[in-house]
Amino acid sequence: MVTVKINGVEHKIEAEADMPLLWAIRDLVGLTGTKFGCGMAQCGACTVYIDGSPTRSCQTLIGDIEGAEVTTVEGLKGKVAETVQAVWADLDVPQCGYCQSGQIMSATDLLANNPKPTDADIDAAMSGNLCRCATYHRIRAGIHEAAKRLEA
Amino acid sequence: MIPKLMQSITLPVARAQASRRQFLLGALAAGTGIAVGYRVLSASPALAGEAETESGSHAFSPYLTIGGDGKVTVLSSQFEMGQGSYNGIATLVAEELDADWSTIDVIGAAGNIKAYGNIAFGGAMQGTGGSTSMSTSWERYRKAGAAARAMLIAAAAAEWGVDATEIAVENGVLSHPSGKSGGFGVFAAKAATMPVPAEVKLKEPGDWKLIGNAELKRFDSARKANGTEQYTIDVKLPGMLTAVMIHPPLFGAKAKSFDASAARAIKGVVDVVETPRGIAVVGEHMWAAIKGREAVTVEWDETGAEKRGTPELMSTYRDLSGKTPAAFARKDGDADAAFTSAAKVIEATFEFPYLAHAALEPLNAVARRNDDGTIEIWGGHQLPDVYQNLASEIAGVPVEKVRLNVMKTGGSFGRRAVFDGDVVVEAVHVAKALGFRAPVKVQWTREDDTRAGRYRPAYVHRLKAGIDEAGKLVAWSDHIVGQSIMAKTAWDGMVQNGVDPTSVEGANNLPYAIENQTVGLTTTDVSVPVLWWRSVGSTHTAFAAEAFLDEVAEAAGRDPLEFRLSMLEPASRHATVLKLAAEKAEWQKPLPEGRFRGVAVAESFGSVVAQVAEVSVDGDGIKVERVVAAVDCGLAINPDQVRAQVEGGIGFGLSAILGEEITLTDGKVDQGNFDMYTPLRIDAMPKVEVHIVASANPPSGIGEPGVPPIGPAVANAAFKALGKRIRVMPFAKSLNA
Ligand code: FES
Ligand code: FES
Repeated sequence: MVTVKINGVEHKIEAEADMPLLWAIRDLVGLTGTKFGCGMAQCGACTVYIDGSPTRSCQTLIGDIEGAEVTTVEGLKGKVAETVQAVWADLDVPQCGYCQSGQIMSATDLLANNPKPTDADIDAAMSGNLCRCATYHRIRAGIHEAAKRLEA
Repeated sequence: MIPKLMQSITLPVARAQASRRQFLLGALAAGTGIAVGYRVLSASPALAGEAETESGSHAFSPYLTIGGDGKVTVLSSQFEMGQGSYNGIATLVAEELDADWSTIDVIGAAGNIKAYGNIAFGGAMQGTGGSTSMSTSWERYRKAGAAARAMLIAAAAAEWGVDATEIAVENGVLSHPSGKSGGFGVFAAKAATMPVPAEVKLKEPGDWKLIGNAELKRFDSARKANGTEQYTIDVKLPGMLTAVMIHPPLFGAKAKSFDASAARAIKGVVDVVETPRGIAVVGEHMWAAIKGREAVTVEWDETGAEKRGTPELMSTYRDLSGKTPAAFARKDGDADAAFTSAAKVIEATFEFPYLAHAALEPLNAVARRNDDGTIEIWGGHQLPDVYQNLASEIAGVPVEKVRLNVMKTGGSFGRRAVFDGDVVVEAVHVAKALGFRAPVKVQWTREDDTRAGRYRPAYVHRLKAGIDEAGKLVAWSDHIVGQSIMAKTAWDGMVQNGVDPTSVEGANNLPYAIENQTVGLTTTDVSVPVLWWRSVGSTHTAFAAEAFLDEVAEAAGRDPLEFRLSMLEPASRHATVLKLAAEKAEWQKPLPEGRFRGVAVAESFGSVVAQVAEVSVDGDGIKVERVVAAVDCGLAINPDQVRAQVEGGIGFGLSAILGEEITLTDGKVDQGNFDMYTPLRIDAMPKVEVHIVASANPPSGIGEPGVPPIGPAVANAAFKALGKRIRVMPFAKSLNA
């Protein structure tokens, strides 16, 4: 049994220690915003924050994070995150949307640490998040637009 | 995905005649609202019979419902995989209904071929493909919206005791000059009892508020930005189990025996069962199933399996490309004579690998037997009638007892439109093997998704061109070698005179005035399962033709743009998009130091797209910096979504030529996860500009047509940058050659 806080709520998770956090979140806790795309830290669809840092939940074992604070897309809060989400809708960034929870998690983290990212900063911070629909053009535009709104 | 000429297909679907209206209506009745709609559609004769079987007192219909809260829910015949079909269809309904856009929702519908049959496929089957979602919906869903509007007006007129012609509708509200007004929800129940108008008058284009409105936002973006959108992977049912499959390691291999004793001992593993498509390991949750799978040992019977690898296959294809084609898809003039008399003849061979669709949501489906004996399946039902029939056979229940819930999926790119229903069939098989004791989700892993087949076929093209003294292209031949997508499937009837249209589309309809030309096809017999992959034949035909045309222009000493335009009617759609893209990319202006450009144009699914790609040298290769696209897709219902599809199509096409390849070693697929099969990432995405040609023609496709021109446009620019012709995909293979 592992105790973690997910989106501010304490969960006692009954699972083998080698269960990836991704499956604990999805199948045991029942939060489905965090997606499965590859299971080997290649696509970023499963990105969550662990104690504030973006982490691939598919490669994080539940047994290794006793006592941690996990934030999923459902628990994303604050000015930066809300601005990013609003911009995503205003610019119609998503196509299928499947990668977008992960994109939003990464983009929010980028802007929280770098309020005025350049294209190169964006490429560097976001290249771990695959989008098979190739919405990259709008992801870049979305991050610039969010930066602008946050500055204002 | 899926060619448009589907009229001649014979499918098991014919047996699905008994409409599953009962189910659909039942589901709708469970909601708070009513369903209204339009039942007689001139565009689809199949629907004429519908009116007779339906009594006018039941106003339920297949296309939309309106809730007591005024919420409009559109029932979409077209599957949503990210391409925006739901949004486009919602736009058509909301326009004619004068609905409040913020109250619109769309759900997938299935089980009523008469209502949902794809008109572009002849109406005989429901399906999403060939970029037909807007063309099949254009009349159908506008009429559905207009009919519902008329019924709402009739209800309000009766309620208020006024003349219907005096009632105005705007933004989901009905009003009368007397000051009376009320929202859709107020009249929804009564409107359901109103007669369905036999004729409706559609709005004139000048009155459109939503159609063609570039400012209109997708109704479904916010839910995708906050993680609440529901996909097949998110389906959760009481008591549901999760299964992973062990597929044969070689295409055509079969399980001889397996030992699951170690797997059964693992905590959370519920069962291990055999299905005709492989062994399924069933767990309480995904992780248990994955762990259980690792503990199963299977002995395979590999007799009859495909054991050839990519090197053997490609060398066979290369040899065949030099021989006489087995069939011809086009023969104009006398190409042989024209080659003999040409001043200059050039030749080149192009090679294209197998490609995986690699949608980000790995394939999945959920099946359950309900207490009433019906089989219910949740999934990305891109060909619903086919899946319904397959499921009915497996489960041994009549087709009308199979209910499909059409889920949204994280991409598809053609992958969820399969003849054999692969993952859908697996879910039913596994549920059945478990005696239907629990609902089961079959979830593929990334590796399963990459290795289980259904690829864009590998092809070799051998091209030859003859130029006369004046630099005019006088002879052209293209010999295509590769597997057929439709032969030996339910679509076999589409293969005529040895030509699968999906193998040659984009090659046998070149727009250029070339007097003598042949397009030959040699179809190979390989047991690697293949399928349509976003833009199908044009993924390779447009590359071969447009990249080779650049070589011909070079040999003739002519500018590639001028050369193309010289062979096109000045007012043609191809010339128009070429000129527009060239103008916006400032083709005539010299580029800054270190920048190079190339152009290409291609027609697919009724739309024509030209692209100018600008590249720079990056190490041994190139970086694509900017792409300017010009599009003629008929009337753009959602201009911003047209742009989005072309942006995404450019990324998707670029992804393939820069970094995607499925290879086989002794019949076994080499790639598994995204470390080996490598789609485009953000750092390789160019800046994209999309320009739409204003058009009053009915809408044609846009989900796919953005893909074909990017490869050749970039290859042509790469030649300018590196002095090397790109003829073997992916790019690196040409650069290292
Ligand atoms: S699922 Fe974790 S990175 Fe892809
Ligand atoms: S929006 Fe489809 S994978 Fe990114």
